[in-house]
This record gives sequence, structure tokens and C-alpha cells, in this order.
Amino acid sequence: MPTLNDYKGQVPAWCPGCGNYGILKTFKEAFVEMGIEPHQFLIVSGIGQAGKFPHYIRCNTFNGLHGRTLPVATGAKLANHEMLVVAVGGDGDCYGEGGNHLVHSMRRNIGVKLFVHNNQIYGLTKGQASPTSSEGMVTKNQPFGVLSEQFNPMAMAVALDCSFVARGYAGDQEHLKELIKAAVRHKGFSLVDILQPCVTFNKVNTYAWYGQRVYRIEPDYDPEDRLAAFEKALEWGEKIPIGLIYRKHRPAFEERVPVIEGSPLVNRPVFPDAMRERLRTTMEEYY
Amino acid sequence: MLSYIRKTGGYLDYTIKIGGEAGQGIQTIGDTLARVFSRSGYHVFTHQDYMSRVRGGHNFYQIRLSDEPVTASRGKVDILVALDRETVLAHEEELSDIGIIVYDSAAFQEKQDFPQFLDVPLLKIAIESGGGKITVNTVATGTILGMLGLGIDGFIEILSDTLRKKGEDVFNVNRKAAFGGYDFAVRNCPRCSFALSLSGLPLRNMLIGANEAIGLGAIGSGCRFYSAYPMTPSTGIMLYIASKAKEYGVVVEQAEDEIAAINMAIGASFAGVRAMTGTSGGGFALMVEGLSLAAMTETPIVIALAQRPGPATGFPTRTEQAELLFALHAGHGEFPRVIFAPGSPEQAFYLTNKAFDLSQKYQIPVFILTDQYLADSQWTYSGFNLNRLIYRNYRLTEPDLEGVAEYKRHAFTETGISPFAIPGASHHLVVTDSDEHDEEGHLVEDGPTRIRMVQKRLFNKVPLIRDEMAPPLVCGDSAPDIVVTGWGSTFGIMNEAVKTLSLTTKIAMLHFSEIFPFPSNRSFDYVEFLRRAKITVCVEQNASGQFARLMRTETGFEFSGTINRYDGRPFMVEELIGELSAYIERL
Repeated sequence: MPTLNDYKGQVPAWCPGCGNYGILKTFKEAFVEMGIEPHQFLIVSGIGQAGKFPHYIRCNTFNGLHGRTLPVATGAKLANHEMLVVAVGGDGDCYGEGGNHLVHSMRRNIGVKLFVHNNQIYGLTKGQASPTSSEGMVTKNQPFGVLSEQFNPMAMAVALDCSFVARGYAGDQEHLKELIKAAVRHKGFSLVDILQPCVTFNKVNTYAWYGQRVYRIEPDYDPEDRLAAFEKALEWGEKIPIGLIYRKHRPAFEERVPVIEGSPLVNRPVFPDAMRERLRTTMEEYY
Repeated sequence: MLSYIRKTGGYLDYTIKIGGEAGQGIQTIGDTLARVFSRSGYHVFTHQDYMSRVRGGHNFYQIRLSDEPVTASRGKVDILVALDRETVLAHEEELSDIGIIVYDSAAFQEKQDFPQFLDVPLLKIAIESGGGKITVNTVATGTILGMLGLGIDGFIEILSDTLRKKGEDVFNVNRKAAFGGYDFAVRNCPRCSFALSLSGLPLRNMLIGANEAIGLGAIGSGCRFYSAYPMTPSTGIMLYIASKAKEYGVVVEQAEDEIAAINMAIGASFAGVRAMTGTSGGGFALMVEGLSLAAMTETPIVIALAQRPGPATGFPTRTEQAELLFALHAGHGEFPRVIFAPGSPEQAFYLTNKAFDLSQKYQIPVFILTDQYLADSQWTYSGFNLNRLIYRNYRLTEPDLEGVAEYKRHAFTETGISPFAIPGASHHLVVTDSDEHDEEGHLVEDGPTRIRMVQKRLFNKVPLIRDEMAPPLVCGDSAPDIVVTGWGSTFGIMNEAVKTLSLTTKIAMLHFSEIFPFPSNRSFDYVEFLRRAKITVCVEQNASGQFARLMRTETGFEFSGTINRYDGRPFMVEELIGELSAYIERL
């Protein structure tokens, strides 16, 4: 069984008090409790403070480009669908630069678990608005305040019939841990949006701000009721729900690709013994 | 002017052109005829010219057949099949001395009395056979075979192969239509003197296009993942691999955009399978960021870049060779890459295999640069030699890693090549980063590590890669007065032009298909070969002479002349001969 020590990665370069520490700690605990060994999964991350996440854990890592976590993760999952593939990025990464990939990953229902560190601000580039920044928020780069409407990832995910839609909060780690486990166990694409205070640049959405608003979704809530889920997804402001907002049972993309039925592509010989013979037969089609 | 193209009493060399609107079945007629000829042992070259539309407009399909190998299209046409009036207007001038135009006066609502016109009631025969307008193709194909005197058995065999699965009725109607057209031509074409025969030819030839050859080369090289976004003229590669997906175990994913396409391929490759993507210029522009990612993470990838004229959307269905320097310089940062530019489907097949091998061996991106002309051309061969394929697996799997105490994805080695483990295949972790990283793959910012990593990726690998590159192909005179040089798809055209001109001139051809890293001149000093000639001409399908510029950059050699074509159309053999003759006159 793995221990927390097996997950000891590099020393994080995040600001003291960053919400990411809570996510990191909770993630490690969840994986240890699920008995997953570091070599048994892959984290694909993007660029931003969240992009550094896999370096602070011990695991197979592809720290790719800004916004491109999901296509890399999709390719990896299709090459080796028996491996757990996790994607990690920030709000800029997943909702800005990589928006198109998010839409199509939900459509595919590829078995990738996406954890979005959503701090409603750009941290790495030092404090510009993100797609989830609230309308009117003034930054150095948005001196007249954010003019675009705040992006609502939960509502979009429900609208796209995403098979697992959840929101967590870095300040409620006990709750977040269970969400992470549920997302990992889910078959198909999981989106977990994690509210994460940026103590350096976001002076609006602070621990105190979230603390007053965030509430755990009621136990009798039915996440399989899509209309109710849509209503829940629209809740923002005075009250912000955290928990599983929507779930839809549908086959994962990798279960529907006939080519990979049986064994993952990666386990098959690169050059099967009968390769030349088979090619000869295929070449016959050109006569 | 054309007398030197067709030998009198030597070999047989005919050109058939089928023209009409998109949707009239031009491609079906062309493909079927080409297959009948190649199966009969003839050598065939086909090329297509089509507009960016699904219906209407003017398209044509040109077939050249000979009892000698042919590698390009001629300008003169011996049988022009005009499915619409526009075809007559556009191509009447191309008719050879013995040329005949096949048309249907009922469809044209106009009868032509000139002797070179053969009025064939295509639609009437189709209807009498029990088919409708859709069967006109079959009648036309039968008609041409009747004109050529080649017999109809080969055609009936193809109809049987393709149509019986749609039902016996469909086959019978088409069989009748084929015979209808055939018999009509045999009875009513006194001027037809083509007289093809089946004697003295090898049993059969293989007929294949470059896109299919690349697809075949890919599946034959262990490609397991192909992600792309459809874009002319590269789409054929994806369609081909998709048609073999089940049989060869290849996941073919149509990505949401080209950015996703290349990143998916990189993800699959990192996870341990051979992966490829394909696109054209505009799509490749979106892939550029991913190209740089593949380079930094040292993840192998093969990219088929099928060129078409730009900038922007340009001529979507036409040809150009204007992305050589784009492919060469694409991507932020400095990193090694390989560029192949096959000149024929055969070269495309072997170079695709080499592309996979080198990309895996050196963990680098490798390009296969083609263009619309090559992608949509078909050539005949006796067959490909499968024993020439390189089957070497470079990835470390569980047994390779057993007993290894420590694994570092980007370990420093003498060659710069770090052993590449499959993530999840062992207890070792495989870590990489698009940021500069250390041997383990973790993000770093220190200068000394950066220097060693740049040296590893670039300086250690490049000399080794350069040694893998074959020198240009040379043919013709060994001490030529004039050397014609080109790269990629102009191979066949230059080959024919040089062959013809060599009857009267000391001429040779240099053809580069392995372009970058620019091949060393150790085994063949091509620069010296060029220097000794009086005239050196670089032929390119682009406006600015990109290869000539690369040659100057890499070797300091400057061509004495250039022939550039950039109207989106390929050279016909006569056209290139004409252009070269102007240089020869100066000798």
C-alpha cells in the first residue's frame, strides 16, 4: 500500500497561503487512501500555477502547454486506456486557452479526470482577469473592470451533458477528498472545478469571501436530475454550492472505440509477427 | 513540337482526359480505367484537377498509359471525354493529331460535325441498359475501352468486385451499360486506331497514389494512432488509415482542431504508441506550438504536411511547394527535425517508414512533405519491396526496465538520446515538461542545466541525424552541361523532361527527397557535381525559390537559373521541356 511518503515530490514554488497547498495535500491523501501507486497513473498538466502540480507529487508526468492538457491526456488515454489519466490546469488553462478542448472532451466522454484549480484570476502572469473573474473586477489589465460575463463552467458542463460535474473548495478538504475519489472512480470524463483562493492577486475572492458563501450540497439532492442540476449550476453569489452537481451514466469514449477492445494499444507488439504477410495482402488491393 | 515525346514505332503512349462537373462521376471513370490498364500490365500515371466544390464547376481527371514507365502527365490528349460543354471549350486545343473527343449530342443539345468528334449516346445507352443518369459513367468507361481495343473483361471484373455486393441487379445493369458503350465504340469509331494489346506485357501492375502510399507506409511501420482534422489535400491519408483501423489496430481520431490533433498524437506517443498527424498549411500553422512541444519533451511524432497554395485559404484544391521553409522554421525555439519530400508514391511509402524509424530513434518530429499534385496522382509499380521496411522498436518496456535502479526520462548520454520508458510499464516514473527540465524531467531554471539540455537535444543529435539522410538521386549524363535540380513532387516531371532532352543534350537531374538536415556530400559530392555543369537550374512550384535559398544557405551554391511555377497547376512534361529548352539554347 502506498503511503504519503511515496507521494513526496519537489518543494512547491507557490506563494505561502496559496489555495493550491490544500488541493495538493488532499489529492495525495485521496490517492493514498485509494491505494493508487505513483507509477500507476499519469498527470497531464498545463501552464499556470496549477500546471506545476505534478512536480509536487511523484507520478508519471506530462507537463505540457497552456490550454492543451486535455488533447494530450486524450491521446494518452486512448493509447493506454487501462492507465488512470488525470488532467490538472487552472481557470485560464481550461476555460480560456483550452475551451474548445474542454467542450469536445465532454462530448467524447473520454475517461480523463480533470481538476481545475479555479482562483478566478491569472496568478502566473501576475494578476490579470481570468474567464471566471467576476464582472466588474478591476485589475491592472482591466482598469475599467471586467466587461465580459463571468464564465460558468458548471452550467456549461450540465448543458453539454458532461457525465460528472462537481465543484470543490480548497478550504473544505474533507469534502474535496471525497469528490476527488468519486471523480477518479467515475467512468468517463470528470470535471471537478476547485475554488482556490489566490492570496496574492485576487483580493475579492478570498478565504473569507468563499467561507461566507460556500455550502455543501444537501444530501437529498439528486445529481441525476438534469434540470435540477442546471438550477444548482446557476447558483452563484450569496450562496455557492459545492459537491456533485450532475452525473450521467453513459459509456466512456474508450469503451466505444472497437479498435482498443481487449488490450490497450500500448500492450500490443509494435511489429506483430504476421505484419509483412498482412501488408502483402493489403498491397494486393492495389492491383 | 511534340514529335520528340512520342516515339514513332517505339512505345505506346496515350493520354485520356475525362472532364465535367463535380458530381458527374469523373473520378469513378478515371479510377476504373486506370485500374483496368494497370491490371493489364500497362504503366499508368494519373493526375486530377478539381475545384473546391461538391457539385458543378469544371474538373478533370487525366490518365496517361504506356508500355514503358511513365511518371508525369503530357499536355496532349488522345481521347477527351467531355461530360459537359465546358470540357470541350477548355481542352479542345490539347487534342493530339489522332485525338478524338467523346461527347453525347443529346446532352449537349448540339451535334458536332468535325471528324475528331465521336457522338456517343451515353445517356440513351444507360437508360436502355436499365440504369439512369448514374450509369452514364459505366457507359463512358465501356466506350473508351472499345475505342482502345483493349477488351472489356477487365472492366467487367472490376464491376463484379465493386457492384455485386450492392445486388445482382445493380451489377447486371452496369454490365449491360458497359457492353453498350463498348459495342457502340467498336462499331462507330472508324478513326480509332489506338490498338492496345495485352501481349508482351507483365501480368499486372500495382496502381497507387501518394496519400495511400503514406497510409500504407504508416500502418506498415506500426502506427497505432492517427489524429487529424480534415483538410485537403491531406485528408486521404486519414481516410486510408481509418479504412484499415480495425484490421491493423489503429485509433483514428478526428480532432476538434489541428491544435488538438497534434497534442493528441503527442499524448499517445508519450504513452507508448507510434503516432502521426496530417494536415495542410493552414492546419499546420495551428500545430506549430505542438511541434515545439514534441521537440522539448523529446516525444516522437510524424507529421504529413500536404501543401497547397497559400497564403491563408489560397487555392484549397490545387498544388504548390511553398511550405518547405515554413516546415523548416516552424516552432518557437531551436530543435532538430527531419524533413522528407517524396517525389513519388514509392518514395512516399519508404520515406514514411523511415520517418517513423527516425522519429522513434532520435525522439524528434519528422515531416513528410507532399502536395496536392502528388497526393492525388497515381503511379504504377510491379510492387513495393516489404523487406526494405525498417522494423526496430526503441521503446523500453517492462522487461527492459527490470533491475534498473534509477530511470531518468531525459538522461544525458553520448548520443543525446535518452532511453524512453513507457509510463505505467514499470515502477519507474516517466516525467517530462514543456518547461526546460533536468534529467528527471522536472522543471528547472538554472543556466548550466539549460546549456547541457540544448546541447543534448540539438548538438549531440543533429550530426547523427544528418548521417541518416540520403544524398540526392542523380540520373542522366555523368558529366552534364546542364543539371536540373528539384525536390518533392517535381521528380516525375523532371525525370521525363530530362529523359527526353538527353537525346540531344548532355543533361542530368538531381532530385532531393531527404531534405533536412541537408544531406552531407560525403558519399556523393553533389555540390561539386553542380559546380562542374555550365548551367544549373532549380525547378520549384513556388514563387520565391525556397529550395534554391536553402541550397545557398547550406552549401553556398547558387543555381544559375530557376524555373518557378505558382499558378497552382503542375507542369506538363512539354511545358518543362519548353522552359528548359530556353536554357539549353544558351549553351
